[in-house]
Amino acid sequence: MKSRAFPLLMTTLVFALLYLFCLTQYSSFASMRVVCNLLRNYAYLGIPAIGVTFVILSGGIDLSPGSVIAFTGVFCALMIERNGMHPLVVFAIILVIGTLFGATMGSIIHYFKIPAFIVTLAGLFLARGGAYVLTTDSISITHQFYVDVSNIVYVFPDGGRFTFAAGAFVIVLLVGIFLAHYTRFGRNVYAMGGNETGALLQGVPIGRTTITIYALSSFLATFAGIILSLSKRSGDSTIAMGAELDIIAGVVIGGTLLTGGVGYVVGTFIGILLPGVIHTYLTLDGSLTPWWIKIIIGVLLFGFIGMQMLLSSQFNPLKLIRIPRRAAA
Amino acid sequence: MRNNEQAQIPLIETRGLTKTFAATPALSEVDFTLYSGEVHALLGENGAGKSTLIKLLTGVHKRDAGVILLEGKEIEPRSPRHCQELGISAVYQEINLIPTLSVAENIFLGRQPMRRGLVDMKTANRKAYELLKAFDIDIDVTRDLSAYSIAIQQIVAIVRGVDLSAKVLILDEPTSSLDRHEVETLFSVIRSLKERGIGILLITHFLDQVYEISDRITVLRNGIKVGEHLTSELPRIQLISEMLGKALTEELAVQKSGISSNGLDREPFLRVHGFARRGMMQPFDLEVRKGEIVGLAGLLGSGRTEIAHLIFGIKHSEQGEAYVNGQAANLSSPQKAVQYGFGLCPEDRKEDGIIADLSVRANIILALQAKLGWFEHLTPKKQEQLAEEMISALRIVTTDMEKPVKELSGGNQQKVILARWLVSNPEFLILDEPTRGIDVGAHAEIINIVKRLAQEGKAMLVISSELPEIVDYSDRVMVLRDKQVIAELEGDQISEAMIMQTIAER
Ligand SMILES: Nc1ncnc2c1ncn2[C@@H]1O[C@H](COP(=O)(O)OP(=O)(O)OP(=O)(O)O)[C@@H](O)[C@H]1O
Ligand SMILES: [Mg+2]
Repeated sequence: MKSRAFPLLMTTLVFALLYLFCLTQYSSFASMRVVCNLLRNYAYLGIPAIGVTFVILSGGIDLSPGSVIAFTGVFCALMIERNGMHPLVVFAIILVIGTLFGATMGSIIHYFKIPAFIVTLAGLFLARGGAYVLTTDSISITHQFYVDVSNIVYVFPDGGRFTFAAGAFVIVLLVGIFLAHYTRFGRNVYAMGGNETGALLQGVPIGRTTITIYALSSFLATFAGIILSLSKRSGDSTIAMGAELDIIAGVVIGGTLLTGGVGYVVGTFIGILLPGVIHTYLTLDGSLTPWWIKIIIGVLLFGFIGMQMLLSSQFNPLKLIRIPRRAAA
Repeated sequence: MRNNEQAQIPLIETRGLTKTFAATPALSEVDFTLYSGEVHALLGENGAGKSTLIKLLTGVHKRDAGVILLEGKEIEPRSPRHCQELGISAVYQEINLIPTLSVAENIFLGRQPMRRGLVDMKTANRKAYELLKAFDIDIDVTRDLSAYSIAIQQIVAIVRGVDLSAKVLILDEPTSSLDRHEVETLFSVIRSLKERGIGILLITHFLDQVYEISDRITVLRNGIKVGEHLTSELPRIQLISEMLGKALTEELAVQKSGISSNGLDREPFLRVHGFARRGMMQPFDLEVRKGEIVGLAGLLGSGRTEIAHLIFGIKHSEQGEAYVNGQAANLSSPQKAVQYGFGLCPEDRKEDGIIADLSVRANIILALQAKLGWFEHLTPKKQEQLAEEMISALRIVTTDMEKPVKELSGGNQQKVILARWLVSNPEFLILDEPTRGIDVGAHAEIINIVKRLAQEGKAMLVISSELPEIVDYSDRVMVLRDKQVIAELEGDQISEAMIMQTIAER
């Protein structure tokens, strides 16, 4: 087995066991209703988490998605309600703005060699501040387009509603997997996280890749903001507060090494849904407040980080076991 | 024999190439030419500017002055990628691949085969396998690069460079971690590349290899070109004196050892009985007395480093027992080993040893300080004195002892790590490939130091791929093959021929 798949395997196992346990307690976990709800409720975290996975794989970090989501929501609400623009036009504009925002962060990180942590922390404040400056009110969106979109839904026989948001999440996931594994861009991201100087010397275009990574991350955060605005039908500058931390936790629980180079997009999908399953269970159970979920995530994070430490000791160059080569002499 | 080539346009030509780091001139006005179809060796002591020259050619560093011509046209190397596109590819001294990617992905990084717009790993894996197979290396190319030995990683880097089907292939010390057989495979590949008209620039410290494979030689000293010769017309003595900048008589005169003959009847300092670990090392016995040098010989991967790691507690033995000075000893961790007075200078010093941002002095003092404990203070004066001694003893080329280690040349960084273990003054010192990547002058010096330490009464265990060296200083030689000690040679039995024969016989 490839050692780098190990964290993913563990996450999958934990997820499977947890889900099985939930099934034995509540048969509703077998229904499409629970599955669809999970996808719908976690789309706004899962979509940017796919972007953040690329960032962390490359050895960086992105703290801005939560704020970008909020800014996007407020921007859409204002443009549609106050300025009377068509939502599709607004979406196009905000996606461009979001992408440029990410590209700018990426450029600063690359050209000025400022740590990503600092640059994206500044991005966090900027976007959140921008949202507050636009408005501190919560603005409802009543445009007919929003009503139409929320009617796009596939209903399963058992009543599970596979909504637009759930669909978007699944599509972004598939595109993410495709990007990571079947494009040069994706492989360059892995290479950069594995050894940046090495990647540079082997001719990986570090600058272009860095900028694309952060642009992608902000693009997806903006997209998530649009999805959230569509499902909430409102714009609120306090929304998705701290979402970046849930996102990073999901990526790490999903088996991506914080040091970069190792991880899988599909792991992030599981890592994001795992708290969702626990949340659903606690809600059904009712005896514990759902806030326990924070504690459980804390414990899980500790567990997974510990496991990563163990694993990364295998990446220690002080390799003890050499692979015997066939004596060709 | 190259006469006709003198007339043709050189593949690469530099005129007045100059580079200064901060205040250190690394390269001054170097004129260099490389023709197609030749192997050109670039030689010089550690810190002479060899790596700097190639980093200017490949766009890693920007030159301060001078021009670079590729096939007669001026080029402006912007980045390694740009140079690859121009047809100049390099395998750098520090293996610079991606440990967390598979072997195949490393070979095809940035130029993966595509199928219908997608990266086609199947084809990449197959091609990578075939490329390595041509080098006689039969491995699973889908595994992480970090799962393989340094030698294999080195070959992967070379295969990558070769497959870029460059006009110019630059190899910076490609053979320093290869065994004889691997060097031969590499050389046969170099020869076939030569026939294809590729120009090869080779940096190495092995003079035998220079004479075996190269057509021309350029010698650098302190960043200045001091000579350019046809290999066939340059006597070895002259080459060495050009590199060192002085006649070499006393330089290379390694003291003949008078160590041996001290009583084998004495109780050994370290006695190991039946140490072994599954999948790593077959059971072995080992005794080292004070004042004795035990050499470990064998091919790469035969278990030499594994023995060092088991004794030093990096991996602990699953069976057997150890005695230090006749007392049963627990060697289950490096900390314990250090308490028994052991020291280990590891093979992969660049990866395991260097703290790049600390100064030369701090790096040298590190192990000694750790041994004394953090409360015992080493006065700055004492530190300086120790660092000073080592810098001159090992000829470490540095402007001053406060320079960060990362700014030293590759070979000099290795010397710093070696110095660290020498000053920590252990009773029993394990040296894993102490002379790898180190130039001729310092090479002799290190061998002398090894002998001197033994004379001072230290027990020594030395691993080396260089047989003449092992034969020279060892009182006893343990020969390994396939993770097993297959023979122990003593006294007159110790000769290169005998060791090779022992390794070869089945
Ligand atoms: N990044 C850097 N910053 C400062 N000084 C440097 C840097 N790289 C190299 N130097 C200095 O330039 C000089 C030449 O170094 P270079 O690496 O070219 O030597 P080399 O001939 O390759 O030696 P070796 O055989 O040890 O690899 C050295 O004195 C070194 O200290
Ligand atoms: Mg060098």
